[in-house]
Amino acid sequence: MALVHSGRVVEASARVYRRTWRGSVISTFFNPVLYLLGMGVSLGRLVDEGTGSAALDIPYLTFLAPGLLAATAMMTGAGDASWPVMAGIKWRKTYDAILSTPVTVRELVMGHLAWVGVRLLFVTVVYSGVMTVFGATTVLEGALAIPPAILTGLGFAAIVTAYTARLKNELGLSSLFRFGVMPLFLFSGTFFPISQLPSWIQPIAYATPLYHGVSLCRGLALGVEFEVNPAVSVAYLVALLAVGTILAARLMRRRLIA
Amino acid sequence: MIDPLVHARGLHKVFGELIAVDGIDFEVRPGEAFGFLGPNGAGKSSTMKMIGAVSPRTGGSLSVLGRDPDELGQEIRARLGVIPQEDNLDLELTVYENLLIYGRYFGMSRKVINERIDELLVFAQLDERRNSRVEPLSGGMKRRLTIARGLINTPELLLLDEPTTGLDPQARHLLWDRLYRLKQEGVTLIITTHYMDEAEQLCDRLVIMDKGQIVAEGSPRELIEQHSRREVLELRFPVGTQQEYATKLKGMAARTEVLPDRVLLYTDDADRTADEIHGAGITAESTVSRRSTLEDVFLRLTGRTLVD
Repeated sequence: MALVHSGRVVEASARVYRRTWRGSVISTFFNPVLYLLGMGVSLGRLVDEGTGSAALDIPYLTFLAPGLLAATAMMTGAGDASWPVMAGIKWRKTYDAILSTPVTVRELVMGHLAWVGVRLLFVTVVYSGVMTVFGATTVLEGALAIPPAILTGLGFAAIVTAYTARLKNELGLSSLFRFGVMPLFLFSGTFFPISQLPSWIQPIAYATPLYHGVSLCRGLALGVEFEVNPAVSVAYLVALLAVGTILAARLMRRRLIA
Repeated sequence: MIDPLVHARGLHKVFGELIAVDGIDFEVRPGEAFGFLGPNGAGKSSTMKMIGAVSPRTGGSLSVLGRDPDELGQEIRARLGVIPQEDNLDLELTVYENLLIYGRYFGMSRKVINERIDELLVFAQLDERRNSRVEPLSGGMKRRLTIARGLINTPELLLLDEPTTGLDPQARHLLWDRLYRLKQEGVTLIITTHYMDEAEQLCDRLVIMDKGQIVAEGSPRELIEQHSRREVLELRFPVGTQQEYATKLKGMAARTEVLPDRVLLYTDDADRTADEIHGAGITAESTVSRRSTLEDVFLRLTGRTLVD
């Protein structure tokens, strides 16, 4: 029964998405292209002609692309778990409408995360295709990097849903992106190896979930050695997803079932 | 006697320091329209949420459709219709889609949902708007859609939290008409409102709540008989002299109430009282005689300075 109810939440989300997808296509499709063009190709030329090529061993575009795959998944997961969730809780109160039916809070949260999973699948497949077109990976290796990217995105979606469930207003959402998501985006080994960071900050970067997502995606997409033991990274991200989901269900219950 | 659909004894709801519902007893019988009347913050919505099995009670006992909402909430919600205070529709979706996804949450098949939607769209006078997006619809249409949505599962009990707040008079009357039809079809209605006319129009029986407690209970007519008089005479005197005249008028009616701009006399025959006052040589700037309403009962019970 729980699965059926969560499935209905996915069904309803898909229906809403069918009416609103135009807005998100820009971020899904053009952002990766823009990043790969601007950072990968243009900045990459500078890096490759300078001392960067020696440090990286591979063209900068190739280095960057799988990192951006993981980072894009994080952005999608966190994005879908913030403003839309706030709308469900507070602005539109559509969650109240759902909870007046036999659907429970846990089923609602699971359905919401399952829908984010569907969105992540779409985003990462598109991105992986773009990577291939840019010559940063092969079709097969690019496809291998999709599951860890989705796992990364889901982990963030779960924990950010839990965070949003506690927020009184949207100020907390801008802070989350300004002080949480953006620093992770920049300093988790996406744009440069974390060995470039001051040594005291490296352990912090190592502890961030995005770094583990980047390590997995890069290792699989490029067929190179993983920066971290992949078993550790997978365990880390699965734990993030599990803890995030439990917390999200609990905090959402506290928020909506007063 | 038939078992009540909703039965509450000593029902309590506490949020931290705030006692929202302070030990209330009530019963809702099958087929009746039952009202919770009270000012904002009286505990009406908290009570509705407990009945709707979306808010656990702090104390007391509550049974809805013969079940304990804290234990069997899912089963109860499957048989309820809930119309929240604010419309919480999916604005990007069409009228039809809003009804469809809601039916799916109840586990209904598409075929059954589609048949039900055809009926509901006619009922809610939205059949011409079937494929319109919800966002640009008028407030009255959104409200009717919310009500249609709450009926998708053919509920036995419909909970309406301030159903007509914010609507214009035409929209309100149309909505009352629809609710009256539902009642005739045998649907039990529980309504919260702070509009007296709404309570008088719709409710067979109601309780007046104030500060989390029930302060009166009965049919609209019984409440007026118990707590007011049949008619009210409203007299206006020059500003600043109301109190002075009120003293002179004492004894001429069952109860006298002084407001900043008027003196109200509660009486069984307003015209006769007016004649007596005239006979006593007292002349008001203006005189209005009217029937006593639930509003008079409500204001008396939930507060306004009073002189007996």
